[in-house]
Amino acid sequence: MASTAKNRMDAFAVFLATWMIKLRWLVIIASIAVTAALGQNASKLEYSNNYRTFFSKENPELQAFEEFQGTYTKNDNLLFVLEPKDGRGAFTNETLAAVERLTEMGWQTPFVLRVDSVSNFQHTYAIGDDLIVEDLVENARDLTPEELQEKRAIALAEPLLREQLVTPDGGVTAVNVVLQYPEQSLTEVPEAVAAARAFRDEIEREFPHLDVHLTGTSALNNAFAEASLDDFTLLVPLMFAIIIVSAAIALRSASATAATTVIIILSCVTAMGFAGLIGVELAGPSPSAPIIILTLAIADSIHILISMRRAMRDGLEKRSAIIEAVRINFLPVGVTSITTIVGFLSLRFSDSPPFQDLGAITAVGILAAWIFSITLLPALLSLAPIRIRPRAAGEARGAAMLGLANFVIRHSRVLLVVMGLASATLISFIPTLALSDQWREYFAPRIEFRAETDEAIQHFGFYPIEYSVPAGEPGGISDPAFLQKLEAYTEWLREQPNVVHVYSFTDIMKRLNKNLNGDDPAYYRLPDNRELSAQYLLLYELSLPFGLDLNDRINIDKSATRVTATLDGYVTTERVREFLRESEQWFADNAPEMAAPPTGPQVMFTFIAQRNVESMISGTTLAIAAIAIIMILSLRSLSMGLISLIPNALPILSAFGLWALLFGEIGFSVAAVAAISLGIVIDDTVHFLSKYMRARRESGFSCADSIRYAFETVGVAIIVNTVVLTAGFMMLVFSAFKINMEMGLLTSMSIVFALILDFLFLPAFLLLLARFSGERIDVKGDSYVQHAFSKQTA
Amino acid sequence: MSSTPFQNRLLKSLLAAALTLGALSVSAAAQDAPAFTDDPAAKGDTPEAHQGYEIAARSDRTDFGFGDSRVDATMVLRNAAGQSTERSLSFSTLEKVDETVGDKSLVIFNSPRDVEGTALLSHANILDPDDQWLYLPALKRVKRISSANKSGPFVGSEFAFEDFTITELNKFTYAYVGEEEMDGMTVDVVDRFPRYERSGYTKQRSWIDQDIYQARKLEFYDRRGALLKTLTLSDYREYDGVWRAHTLSMVNHQTGKETDLVYGDFSFKTGLDEGDFVRGVLQRVR
Repeated sequence: MASTAKNRMDAFAVFLATWMIKLRWLVIIASIAVTAALGQNASKLEYSNNYRTFFSKENPELQAFEEFQGTYTKNDNLLFVLEPKDGRGAFTNETLAAVERLTEMGWQTPFVLRVDSVSNFQHTYAIGDDLIVEDLVENARDLTPEELQEKRAIALAEPLLREQLVTPDGGVTAVNVVLQYPEQSLTEVPEAVAAARAFRDEIEREFPHLDVHLTGTSALNNAFAEASLDDFTLLVPLMFAIIIVSAAIALRSASATAATTVIIILSCVTAMGFAGLIGVELAGPSPSAPIIILTLAIADSIHILISMRRAMRDGLEKRSAIIEAVRINFLPVGVTSITTIVGFLSLRFSDSPPFQDLGAITAVGILAAWIFSITLLPALLSLAPIRIRPRAAGEARGAAMLGLANFVIRHSRVLLVVMGLASATLISFIPTLALSDQWREYFAPRIEFRAETDEAIQHFGFYPIEYSVPAGEPGGISDPAFLQKLEAYTEWLREQPNVVHVYSFTDIMKRLNKNLNGDDPAYYRLPDNRELSAQYLLLYELSLPFGLDLNDRINIDKSATRVTATLDGYVTTERVREFLRESEQWFADNAPEMAAPPTGPQVMFTFIAQRNVESMISGTTLAIAAIAIIMILSLRSLSMGLISLIPNALPILSAFGLWALLFGEIGFSVAAVAAISLGIVIDDTVHFLSKYMRARRESGFSCADSIRYAFETVGVAIIVNTVVLTAGFMMLVFSAFKINMEMGLLTSMSIVFALILDFLFLPAFLLLLARFSGERIDVKGDSYVQHAFSKQTA
Repeated sequence: MSSTPFQNRLLKSLLAAALTLGALSVSAAAQDAPAFTDDPAAKGDTPEAHQGYEIAARSDRTDFGFGDSRVDATMVLRNAAGQSTERSLSFSTLEKVDETVGDKSLVIFNSPRDVEGTALLSHANILDPDDQWLYLPALKRVKRISSANKSGPFVGSEFAFEDFTITELNKFTYAYVGEEEMDGMTVDVVDRFPRYERSGYTKQRSWIDQDIYQARKLEFYDRRGALLKTLTLSDYREYDGVWRAHTLSMVNHQTGKETDLVYGDFSFKTGLDEGDFVRGVLQRVR
């Protein structure tokens, strides 16, 4: 008989709880000792400061970029944007003096490879057969107004400077510091950024007419660490406070709240210790693991505590009430923990290591919370001075919930249609959801990088797309035919919307040809002879300053050259994808032999959502299958197990639909939400259905009465749980990371929808099935009161 | 094969004549060149500076009187991804007339083919930018390059042009660091600081052996004082008392790129003179 297994499990739960209470001191000491031993590893945790953390080693875009960076100079940089507030433009003695000063300072940045500015730009010009190579600006303070005008004209006409280091109106200028990190230690990036910030502040002090903004990929990398730290130090304590307050309200007992707090702290410490042990580098979503653990860990405790409270209100003394609470929650708490763990473990399929880490850390935290809540919690509760007044005779229990149950039963048909239609409507918006990952927008405005970058992109482009264009053979880049096609591609790029700047070697070639022909403007064109180009190149190489070499633009055997198209800072991911497609098409139409795959951080982020969605499809499918099997086994019913997925899939899909309607676009965290949400929202269904089945099987209740029983017994717990979960995930809305914010808000929406559907749709659906099998529905609920009464008097 | 007494006698007298001539020419060179020029600014005024200067001077002056040299070289460039490429070039060098000026040199590029015949004439200066002229065969013109850059990379290699002229005594001030063992040799470690204000380096550390007084290793420190490159000089061979390293390996620690400069056999006193190092010869060198 099916109930023997149930009885055996009940017996084990009783046995467990009894012994936990008997050995309570041992249990408490052992729990703390194990947690402390594991938890000390948390001190090994570090914050990653490299955007590459978000990509797995197998990520094709990362691999392409790594190869690109091995060929050309790396492009980690810090960009200073100097904005004169006096409205006189950048070509004044003071501003150029600041540029010179900052250029000099830039060379003192740790790990600097090269500093580029308008002042140290290598200006070349001809005087007869003399080729002069000199800094464009020297001793800016002594320049006459005529000389300033001349410098301005040169800079604005120079394709390598215009839109790159000076705005087309000459109003704002920039200093670019190129860095190459040894990548030995996590302190490198913060060190470089700290130095750069000090330079910025010093320039602003020395030159009060300037606003200096600091951005660049190193600033971005640093922001990842700063935002993680911000999340950890701001949100985690806040979350603790919220959880404790919610527990206190729900439990109305100081000692019960204290016991719960102990459980969730130990769960968090265990999880973070585990993270430290396996050498996790915290980044993006993974630092929010404690917030999620806090949120989820409390659910187990709340269910047990509410049951204990109920039992005491029913007249049991504390010890028996604890044992009874463990007994009736043993299965649901176990099942809900396992489904949530399965949901998070499916994140191991993600292409993004921080999400993999989030999955592993949270799974361990939930496992710990589960174990602690059925071992340590009974031990703690047995010590806690909890007194609950037994209910006076005639005092109804769960009257409100019973009312809700009757409402649902009465209007089940209408609810089924309304809920179904509402879900379907929301779900129909999902196809309009656009994937968007613009890393500038990853950060909340309170993160310095975001604020500074928002200023910088008003003047300069921000997202570089790199191409390594092959010329077919060593030295091939000097071939006139290749150069002509490269020129055509460069010109095509310059015509594209959102393309702010194109750095192409053809501009240098044309300038050299002019310089070496006595600065005759008629020679500002590509050389038509391979030897000539090759020899210009040699001359150019000889004229390059310290820290610059041709490998920045041309590969070592001169068989390929790098073209950089910089897109503006407001471009959408959708538009980037379109641009990349068009560029691919250009090569296919005009120069298939030169077809070059795009690369760079922007390309990596453009495809990060797709990569993660792809990688999470198998993870999510596996999670759904595993959760379905768990449901089938725990409810001991194939049909019930499968039915249980409906009120869980619908709210998640509805949440995606509502998101599409409200925001229209979402970042790559979207890939993780489905699996996480399913693991969480199914908990309510587990609690509801397990009570429903218990009533049907053990008490032989009708469908309607079983629904009433389920509402009455777990309705409050489900609501409390939902409130806590929503609060927890809503907390992530305040994260400094957009990806966490989106994950939090979307998961919160799923959880709220799941509550609505669990209460209004699932019972209606159960009734529909009952009707199909010919059961008569007792709409009024008179018989249920009889049941309840007889049970109470028994 | 046995040799006749006559042949032996002839050989001996030829040898004697050659030796006498050699000795005469060395002393002639020594007489032509003014005495060594100790620049007080390079010599410094602390004991460490003096000691460093003395060691550097002893090393630098070992090839005094070499006159001129010619050598073919291969340059192997390697990037961080392990890709490599080769260039072959010929160097001709004319010894400086005294230590207040630099050597004159002529570099002719032999490969890759598309730069064959390109020639660079350089008059090194101690504290001023070098004078450089480049002949471009495809343009059939000589271009004077006026640039203050001495520290830029030389034709894509990890060598800067200023790294070739590592033995210009008065380009630096010095500081003696100490004595070390290196590959079984006792070496003096001397720091030197470029006096050229546009130099890309703040410091170079040199390891000079105490046996033949040659530089074995050099470290280059960038403007921030961070280690930028290491040059290892090996395969030293002697030509009539003049030592030349034949393999120079430069490793850039910041970019992971490397360049090996491998010299063939040097020829000394090939009869070059000032007239071979003027702009006009560039078009004829091929």
